[in-house]
Amino acid sequence: MIDPVLHAWGWEIPVYLFLGGMVAGFMIISGYFTLKGHHKHSDFSSFYLPHISLFFLSAGMFALFLDLEYKVHVWRFYTTFKFTSPMSWGAWILLVVYPMLLLNTLVSIPKSFRNRISIFDRISDVINRYPALVKNIGAANMVVGAVLGMYTGVLLSALAARPLWNSAMLWILFLTSGLSSAAALVHLISPDKTEREVSAKADNGFLIFELLVIVLFLVGLVTSTRAHKQAADLLLTGPYAPVFWGFVILAGIVLPLIIQLLAVNHKIRHTPVAPLFVIAGGLLLRFVIVAAGQASVIP
Amino acid sequence: MTTLSRRKFLKISGATVAASAVATSGCSLGNSGAGTKESGIRTVATYCDLCFWKCGAIATVKDGRLWKIEGNPLDPLSRGRLCPRGTGGVGAHFDPDRLRTPLLRRKNRGDEEWVAVTWDEALGTIAEKMQKIKAEYGPEAIALFSHGIGGNFLKHTLKAFGTPNITAPSFAQCRGPRDVGFRLTFGEDVSSPERTDIRNAKCLVLIGSHLGENMHNTQVQEFAEAVGNGASVIVVDPRFSVAASKAKHYLPIKPGTDLALILAWMNVLVQEGLYDKDYVDQYGFGFDHFAASISTATPEWAYIETGIDPDVIRETAREMARYRPATLVHPGRHVTWYGDDAQRSRAIALLNALIGSWGRKGGFYTPQSMDVPAYPYPPYPKPLKEKVDNPGHRYPFAHETITTGIREATITGMPYPIKGWFTYATNLLHALPNDQETIRAMQNLDLMVVVDVIPSETAGWADVVLPESVYLERHDDLNVEWFREPFVAIRQPVVASPHDQKPGWWIALQLANKLGLEAYFPWKNAEEYLEKRVTAAGLSWDELKEKGIIRGQHQPIYYSEGVPAEFPTPSGKIEFSSPQLAQAGFDPVPRYTRPTQGPEGSFRLLFGRAPVHSFSRTQSNPILADMMDTNEVWVNANAAARLDIADGQYVRLRNQDGVVSNRVRVKATERIRPDCVYLVHGFGHTARGLRRPFGKGASDAQLVTRSAVDPLMGGTGMNVNFVTIEPAEDNHA
Amino acid sequence: MSSRYAMVIDTAKCVGCMDCVVACKTENNVPEGYNRDWIVQDVRGTWPTLHMEIRSERCNQCDEPPCVETCPTGASHVHDRGGVVLVTKELCVGCKACIAACPYDARFIHPDGYADKCTFCIHRVEQGLDPACVAVCPTRCMTFGDINDPNSQVAKLLTSRKWHTLKAEAGTKPSVYYLT
Repeated sequence: MIDPVLHAWGWEIPVYLFLGGMVAGFMIISGYFTLKGHHKHSDFSSFYLPHISLFFLSAGMFALFLDLEYKVHVWRFYTTFKFTSPMSWGAWILLVVYPMLLLNTLVSIPKSFRNRISIFDRISDVINRYPALVKNIGAANMVVGAVLGMYTGVLLSALAARPLWNSAMLWILFLTSGLSSAAALVHLISPDKTEREVSAKADNGFLIFELLVIVLFLVGLVTSTRAHKQAADLLLTGPYAPVFWGFVILAGIVLPLIIQLLAVNHKIRHTPVAPLFVIAGGLLLRFVIVAAGQASVIP
Repeated sequence: MTTLSRRKFLKISGATVAASAVATSGCSLGNSGAGTKESGIRTVATYCDLCFWKCGAIATVKDGRLWKIEGNPLDPLSRGRLCPRGTGGVGAHFDPDRLRTPLLRRKNRGDEEWVAVTWDEALGTIAEKMQKIKAEYGPEAIALFSHGIGGNFLKHTLKAFGTPNITAPSFAQCRGPRDVGFRLTFGEDVSSPERTDIRNAKCLVLIGSHLGENMHNTQVQEFAEAVGNGASVIVVDPRFSVAASKAKHYLPIKPGTDLALILAWMNVLVQEGLYDKDYVDQYGFGFDHFAASISTATPEWAYIETGIDPDVIRETAREMARYRPATLVHPGRHVTWYGDDAQRSRAIALLNALIGSWGRKGGFYTPQSMDVPAYPYPPYPKPLKEKVDNPGHRYPFAHETITTGIREATITGMPYPIKGWFTYATNLLHALPNDQETIRAMQNLDLMVVVDVIPSETAGWADVVLPESVYLERHDDLNVEWFREPFVAIRQPVVASPHDQKPGWWIALQLANKLGLEAYFPWKNAEEYLEKRVTAAGLSWDELKEKGIIRGQHQPIYYSEGVPAEFPTPSGKIEFSSPQLAQAGFDPVPRYTRPTQGPEGSFRLLFGRAPVHSFSRTQSNPILADMMDTNEVWVNANAAARLDIADGQYVRLRNQDGVVSNRVRVKATERIRPDCVYLVHGFGHTARGLRRPFGKGASDAQLVTRSAVDPLMGGTGMNVNFVTIEPAEDNHA
Repeated sequence: MSSRYAMVIDTAKCVGCMDCVVACKTENNVPEGYNRDWIVQDVRGTWPTLHMEIRSERCNQCDEPPCVETCPTGASHVHDRGGVVLVTKELCVGCKACIAACPYDARFIHPDGYADKCTFCIHRVEQGLDPACVAVCPTRCMTFGDINDPNSQVAKLLTSRKWHTLKAEAGTKPSVYYLT
């Protein structure tokens, strides 16, 4: 499809960034519900969602692991902390994310899971004795989730050698996209009607915001140096334009946005097509940004 | 090649990982020959064999494994720095495509079906057939095509056998016209290494010479030195060569019209009185006739032919005069282009004569050599018949043997039959024009023997293939060249041969024994031979073995240093007008004839060199192939666009005789005229044994079905073929 | 002042013969299919009015190396002599962040799994030799030395000739200089 270019990173990093972003969204959503006390009448947001997060995050981590060329050295990540290295930050952030997710699952254990592992039940009981602690767990999940979501963008934007990624908007874009994909998944699979409706509405907001961020991201590049403009052209008119316009913007944002706007205003019934498109669009966004970014050069 | 971006380079690199596994397995074989486990680092001084320049080198072996080769700092040729081919010479040892054992043909010639046999069997078969040919047709019916110093021992065996028919493509397919042109003018050759004083030139004129792409080491080093010193470089080339990028004046000449330009330059120098009158008066012969002959060759006249602006012609002529005598019009090396090559070379010689550069600093120095006596062999038997290549001296100025003459005699049986061919280290199917003729000749043979290190296309047609050790595994003859200063260099083995390969001297010796020619081999091994020669020259054998090179006393090399100005021509002077030529019925002063043009819509096929390959002999070298594993066809960007052909697209070239090339990628570039295309020579291999380069790129040799024969000396001008470009049906990599 | 190794390459002399690439390959056993240095032919103009700069390129041994900043494990580091950027392969996880961070595409993943690139032949330099590419170059277009020593050949060349570095706007402060 395109000229051969240097691709240091293949499919693994986009998948990792996508899953990491979605988990960030999950943490913010489930953290929000926990913070708002929603865990008392829904196990989904406070228990299942963090569980799904644990699974998604591990899958993302596995993708990252697969990308490592020297896999037996993976432990080297944890022998040092490099302040200037986003990769190093990412490795250490994960050590915070896992316990946070675990704590959130313990806030609300559904009946069917009770009385299986007594230590979890006991911790859950203790947590629930302190409503402030529950709120703090919710808030902490939101904060850590936001950091994780931002981090997936910062990882790329710190690499000055790739003009496409040289944008302060990238972390906002990936955070927003993570939120919208997460909301879409909740919309898709939550058994709770309220949560579904809230997610759909929230997702519409995220999608509109994401469009705005993409516009700002591109305008920022186009109005910057020649290198940045050429980088933006890769997406706007260049080899990545068909995927970017067709799949990321149109099928991944605009189309589901229209469907969901009609649905939340009860013009049409909700359809799983819209959130599925949002999720696929989020994944393709990571692919196209990672690939086009690597193709972008300082001339 | 070099125009690949780093990114594409890396991407393509990824694709060659699989191939590297093969090469690595080949590499491990490199050690096996050593037998014993060796540790630590040792060095051996030797000289290079990646081309005929024969640079002094030092090879390093680490833990028994060949590691690297560097230039020998004592060596005046390389001055301690090898060219990329020389540096990549280690790859010749590790090449997994190497010939490994003697092979006998199993089926039809050219089928490349073999039985591995012992050396005894292979040499026995050869000797038996040679004796049979000798009995029936005489020893002259055996011919040897040999390239490079490694062939010396085999030449000796065949001379002892009694044949005069020993040749190399380096004359009629390469430098022959130049040597004839300069001989007719100055009475002497330019020789090899060329006696060009590029280092001291203040103005350097390159006509089609692509120094920097052609890596004749000393010349490239001196070229860079001259450029660094601010020399004014004038480059005449249909292609914007690397040298052109260093030029003050780039003249994008219409192919085939160089002689018109040179005549016009001389016209300007004479008309404007810019030439070296004292020099011409003192040393010249027939100047008035010469001046009259070129009086009509004005820049305006030349413009019509060459497409070069008359003002540019005048300006460059004046530039040459400004720096004389330190203006060097380079004689070139591969000059078999259009069939008028000896006369064009003579015109270059005359231009240099007008400038007064012959014998002068910054022009042509007078080379020196070490006095190393030949080995005292018994005299060779006198052949009963004259050489077969040039019956009736139809090419009166051919002073070396014409390969294509031998080929013709092999086909026609006239003036007498040739029934046996030996080829040593030369791939005739890529070197001679019209490969079908070469095949026809080979089909007429009773014996076809190939001695080589790789299974070339020509080896594919052999009855017996003898695998030689590469230069890093063998002794060869002493290198005693004519150069700036006298020296002698030795080639000696660095590592053992990995399989059943044998050195050339051993092969020659064993064959001689089988032929009953023991008397011609008083030595038992190459060391004995070399030691005798070195000692006879009054030099220390141990010193030579250790240092690799012994340098002689520096001697004067310019007229200004006291070298006598002697011209061994009939007149004893520089012959501006040549009575020899007139007598033989040729133009005594070069005269321009317009070259034939190709059919409408076709491109003239030009070819040349890349810095990382030698002829068609290095494409399987894993290190050099890693630098460049295919060629591209250079097409002018506009011309390509007109044909709707994209850069990087696969195409095939079809020549005027309907021969179609292997598919090759297009390099759509501004760096070439719109009326010609360019290929780097040596690619498009079709020999099955050359697994790595097989089918990669297009072979210019295959498309050179026609040649324009030089009437003076029988050289084959090969830039007279025309091609059209067609998209390759299988266009996806 | 501490030493700062630099390479000064005269593009007027370079013919792009790739000897530097071959020499690096044999000296450093660079695996087949990979190279630590490479040749760029930068052609401008249209036929027949053309300009071509030929450059031997490699890791620029930047003063502000983004690869070192971005390395999560400290495998990529600045050597204590001459400011040379090196990779400790035992520390490298092969995450390729350094490859993405390098504006010059100077790095690659060695088939053994670690990030690899030009070392300025520090093993030779510490023995008092020139890097292999410099030592082999038939055109003698490359000069290596300590730029902080005003008497060094490299320092003198940079004061007497016009030069440029690659992608100066990337802000990496390269230590490979190109004379024009």
